[in-house]
Amino acid sequence: MHGVVQYIQSYLDSNQTPGAAGNFFWATVYILLVFVGLSLAVIAMNWLERKILAHMQVRLGPMRVGPHGLLQPIADALKLLLKEDIIPAEADKTVFWVAPFIVVLAAFTVFVVVPFGPTHAITDMNIGILFMLGVSSLSVLGIVTAGWASNSHYPLIGALRSSAQMVSYEVAMGLAVVSVILMTSLNEASTGTLSMIGIVEAQQAQAQWFIFKFFPLGLIGFFIFAVAMVAETNRAPFDLPEAESELTAGFHTEYSGFRWSLFFLAEYSAMIAVSSIAVTLWLGGWLRPFPNALQGPTWDLVFSLIPGLTFLFLAGMTFYSTVRMPKHPLFRIQTMGLAGFGAFLALVGLILFIPGVRIRVQDIFWFSAKVAGFMYLYIWYRGTFPRYRFDQLMKVGWKVLLPTGLALLILTAVVAMRTELLAEIRGAWRP
Amino acid sequence: MNPAAVPANPPVATAFFFYLLAAVMIIGGILVITRKNAVHSAMALITTLLAQAALYLMLYAPFVAGVQIILYAGGIMVLFLFVIMLISIERTQRERQFNKQWLVGIAAAAALGGLFIAVYTTTTSGRTLFPEGRLTYPEGDNTQRVAALLFDRATGTYMFAFEIASLLLLVAIIGAVVMAKKRI
Repeated sequence: MHGVVQYIQSYLDSNQTPGAAGNFFWATVYILLVFVGLSLAVIAMNWLERKILAHMQVRLGPMRVGPHGLLQPIADALKLLLKEDIIPAEADKTVFWVAPFIVVLAAFTVFVVVPFGPTHAITDMNIGILFMLGVSSLSVLGIVTAGWASNSHYPLIGALRSSAQMVSYEVAMGLAVVSVILMTSLNEASTGTLSMIGIVEAQQAQAQWFIFKFFPLGLIGFFIFAVAMVAETNRAPFDLPEAESELTAGFHTEYSGFRWSLFFLAEYSAMIAVSSIAVTLWLGGWLRPFPNALQGPTWDLVFSLIPGLTFLFLAGMTFYSTVRMPKHPLFRIQTMGLAGFGAFLALVGLILFIPGVRIRVQDIFWFSAKVAGFMYLYIWYRGTFPRYRFDQLMKVGWKVLLPTGLALLILTAVVAMRTELLAEIRGAWRP
Repeated sequence: MNPAAVPANPPVATAFFFYLLAAVMIIGGILVITRKNAVHSAMALITTLLAQAALYLMLYAPFVAGVQIILYAGGIMVLFLFVIMLISIERTQRERQFNKQWLVGIAAAAALGGLFIAVYTTTTSGRTLFPEGRLTYPEGDNTQRVAALLFDRATGTYMFAFEIASLLLLVAIIGAVVMAKKRI
């Protein structure tokens, strides 16, 4: 028993990612953890999106399946799995069959390099950010082939729109990313890095998140990326490929059942993936907020307590809802279920207070919290912005974001060069 | 003991992976030229290009592999598919193919094969064109080394060639715009 504990302890105390250590077993465990966590996040996102959108439109949203509709995503998943899988008679069967898998593979593979913490990544690649952009750009292949293989008009138009849109916004996105990579090279050795962990460590070393670097240049780069990433994931207000008023459902009109749910899964995990790129590049990845203004051991302790307190707060909210449930006997099981869910959240919160857990989990918490902020933004956009017209979309991409990105890149290079020369004259790098 | 660090980077670049990827590439390449449906050909080509990217990874060149995925699989092939999708596939499949160039093809393949055999067989003096042993570059700083070769003040010897190549691409883009637009 003691040996097992020691064995697990040795993994927890390892200061390497499993990929860097070359440990096959530990890497598999990490991959499974990321996969399960991602699926849970997609389920939670499904419920939250409906609830938040409903509340923005002064509706209640799902209320019937489980207390406050908490079991609705599970009911939906079951329904999708049981539905008949229809393949149109005129469709290209092989391509129709392969397309959803291309999209899902592209959306999940990028998580190999996402850094949830200094050691909490499956692996750290020398080309991390390049790998993420490259593999996530493969998902457009799946969308295009899905639209073509359906052999129907709406999917084809949706696929054409989607490929044009994704190729256009990738350019602006790339320029914003390159400006960040220039910022990582401001150190003694003046070598930059493409590695995701390296980018966050550069922000730590420079004691500044890159969104505040060379104000307002970092902010502009972040803004370009934040717009381009919404277009890249085909979400409102850039959801022209699946504009339901014009194209019924765009490229996945002919898909049903399990295959459709694969597209759904891929869309949401792609959203999480691009949000984690934004968090890693501009918002300091796993670093906690206010590292400069509120530093010192006391503040470190306070910030390490926040994860547990967040879960306790959620548990408190759940108990409040439990008390407000209708007192009718028909609602007894639902009330008990909600109380059980609250107790579970409270238990997680209490576990997060244990010092050993607290220290190892806080970086994952901060990363996830920042990504969750982006997820909320996605829902907020969908609830508030009207959809772009296609020519407006192209105009924003090519005539606004691209020139701004080019100017930003040149300006960042000039300012970075100036900083470097000043450091050379001064003979030392100041943080 | 720290088991998380014990197996010190077991080599991934084994012969098994090389033959696997090479087989995928060759099968993909054959499918590209034998399929009548252009979209199927394009998808086989994508498979080939991805396997090629994996081969670059095996050669400890992650940067080249990443660029290969972004440019070829993610960029150029999307444009290919974009164009192919607008062609009526039913009609093209009925058309008789008129590229009967078996003789030229066989001659070219035989010449290339002969060249390969000549390169790989040892000469009479026992020398081969390839040195024994493998190059083991550190994978960790491949990108930085490529950058140093291109841009470094001391070691950057390929800067001029790099810029000239990009100028060539710019000329091609401008040419395409001039040819496509009737009135500029």
